Amino acid sequence: MYFDLTDEQQAIKSTAREFLAARYKSERIRELARSESGFEQSDWEEMAELGWPGLALPEEWGGQGLGIVELAVLFEEMGYALAPSPLLSTTVAGLALAAQGTDEQRERWLRPLAAGQARSTLALFDAGTAATIGDFETEARADGEGVVLDGEKVLVMDAATADFFLVATSDGSRHLVERGADGVSISPERSIDLTRRLHSVRFDGVRVTPEATLNGAQADYLPVFWRACVAIAAESTGIAQRTLEMAVEYAKDRKQFGRPIGAYQAVSHRCAQMLLETENSRSAVYGAAWAADAEPESLPLAAAMAKAYASDVGWRVPDASIQVHGGIGFTWEHDLHLFLKRGKANAATFGDARWHRDRVADLVLAEASLPAPV
Amino acid sequence: MDLSLSPSEREFRDEVRTWLEENHPGPEPEAGLDEVMAFRREWQGKLHEAGWAGISWPEEYGGRGATLIEQAIFVGEAARQEAPSPANVLGLAMGGPVVIAHGTDEQKQRYLEPILTSEEIWCQGFSEPESGSDLASLKTKAVKDGDEWVVTGQKVWTTFAQYAKWCMLVARTDPDAPKHQGLTYFLMDMEQPGVQVRPLVQITGEGEFNEIFMEEVRIPDANVVGGVGNGWSVAITTLMNERAGLAFGAISQISNSLKRLNQLASETRLNGGVAAEDPFLRQRLAQLHVEAETMRLNAYRGLTKTMQSGIPGPEGSLGKWQWADINQRIAELALDIEGAYAPLDRGAEHAVANGAWQYAFLRSRANSIEGGTTDILKNIIAERVLGLPRLR
Repeated sequence: MYFDLTDEQQAIKSTAREFLAARYKSERIRELARSESGFEQSDWEEMAELGWPGLALPEEWGGQGLGIVELAVLFEEMGYALAPSPLLSTTVAGLALAAQGTDEQRERWLRPLAAGQARSTLALFDAGTAATIGDFETEARADGEGVVLDGEKVLVMDAATADFFLVATSDGSRHLVERGADGVSISPERSIDLTRRLHSVRFDGVRVTPEATLNGAQADYLPVFWRACVAIAAESTGIAQRTLEMAVEYAKDRKQFGRPIGAYQAVSHRCAQMLLETENSRSAVYGAAWAADAEPESLPLAAAMAKAYASDVGWRVPDASIQVHGGIGFTWEHDLHLFLKRGKANAATFGDARWHRDRVADLVLAEASLPAPV
Repeated sequence: MDLSLSPSEREFRDEVRTWLEENHPGPEPEAGLDEVMAFRREWQGKLHEAGWAGISWPEEYGGRGATLIEQAIFVGEAARQEAPSPANVLGLAMGGPVVIAHGTDEQKQRYLEPILTSEEIWCQGFSEPESGSDLASLKTKAVKDGDEWVVTGQKVWTTFAQYAKWCMLVARTDPDAPKHQGLTYFLMDMEQPGVQVRPLVQITGEGEFNEIFMEEVRIPDANVVGGVGNGWSVAITTLMNERAGLAFGAISQISNSLKRLNQLASETRLNGGVAAEDPFLRQRLAQLHVEAETMRLNAYRGLTKTMQSGIPGPEGSLGKWQWADINQRIAELALDIEGAYAPLDRGAEHAVANGAWQYAFLRSRANSIEGGTTDILKNIIAERVLGLPRLR
């Protein structure tokens, strides 16, 4: 029993902290937020040199072969720095390809992803649906040897800068479609989160050859989904950590009625609550990350718990931080709103807290629903 | 990072599990407190014979010298199997460790063995009517008279004082010193004239705790622990031990409660289905499971940290706060699931689960008060973990 980062994991954390802090100062984040792509290619290349796009991908395909704990360490730092980057979308697509791709598909599509030479993203949810996992409408219509896709996918992260998509269809499979393929059109969607791009993507009679359809049905992608939940929950935990620190700093400096406001219990107890929630979130995230690597049978419950909890914390802690800051926290000039918005968008991504709590209830009640012992 | 038990830890867990399964004395008697205490004394005797009493104490003092993780395993497993509490909880968790840490050789010789056997029950005389959270303001005074101290004052919320032979008493020995420095830690013999114990009835109708009135009580100088004037730091050790020891038992206890709550939600009919299908109740139930898991994981994270640094940090306050909150909300949700039946108490013909949740609801009101109020814990976290300025 040892519940702390190892030296290697600690090294990933400090490298990420240092690298991201140097690149993502407030001014730079705002500049990228205003830009069309939302990130900078040169940053991406540096991240690729650090091995981040392939961090949790198998070494066989050019990844670093590290685990979900290491991935959580990295994404906690991405959240802490509020880094605007397509790393999350590409990472999740890479995990799906690694899990269900054939060797030919991995060679052609996964290897460049792991090296950071290509990017990808998941196109899961259909316009007009509740956008919940597993409930996909776009059909893979058989046509000759392959299939044809007609439909509109929404909430696609970083679509405009992805080289290819993994498109989910109603039969539960995933199809590799290049961004430039005939019949693909992309429109940006305005998100409250200025640090991550969302798009809708139309697929009008897009042809998919058999080599571009992945193996596996819906249930086979669940392990990937749960890992994605852990990664984004880690990011939300980083957001909470950073905005907690901002609140504590401010509460020490800001004086009213002749004292630092942090001396007043209305403020200090709010900060204590923020700490409790942040630490809980961190425990839930690393518990789930460890389960992903070492005890996969307990991953669904652990990941649902982590995502449920971190979804709430990732925006409530920035929100509480705004309250501690008072008026200045509500201004555009202050960075807090950027954290609040990313946290709130994260909460809605990969299943919101309500959806995940429902899964938790399914799993914990499964035992209780057995006939009661007399 | 490795959240699983090592082979040797697993072996220890299995040993504990088997022993408890074979020796579990069954549920505690439902009749009065005297019967319960007799039952617990007998249970502690069994624990002691097998070397499980004083599990955290060094072997030279009759303990097992278990590592922190082994203590956590033992307490967690005992709670999981709902083993009874030993009779001398305060002696084992606080009195013994304080004597071991601060006592003289004579004191160790005299006091430790009867704590382990439960021959002598211990109680804690810290709080006073005017000194609750502000413990250091306490007024009970001890005046030196030859090689004795003469003590006059009043203590309150003293659990099991009516059964206790020894009281861990903190009294003011120097009224002129700053309030934290004028205190001394004594071991007071409860069986002497001048000590009067009066039970307090709590909102559950039971009397776990008491008031103690002391009128010119005599305590030999040999019963000072840790030196005159050092009472505050000795008392703090006691409280640290209390908090560290309780966490893993609390986790298993919460886990047991949640299993019962699942059962209740799955069996209680509501709106043509069962309560577990009601979206609102279901969300609350799931949230409690989530928070209980974060509490469990926090405790393991804290354990790793304590094993590295050697001392439990102020972060332990988070766990106590969270335990109180979760425990209260579990009982609140149970009563909401019971709906119109919620008022029916133990003994009522139509009470759900024979009123167990009503008792849990009422008893848990104290959780955010006993052993450090949630409000004070938030102060500790704000000041000692976050480094925010003190108000005082």
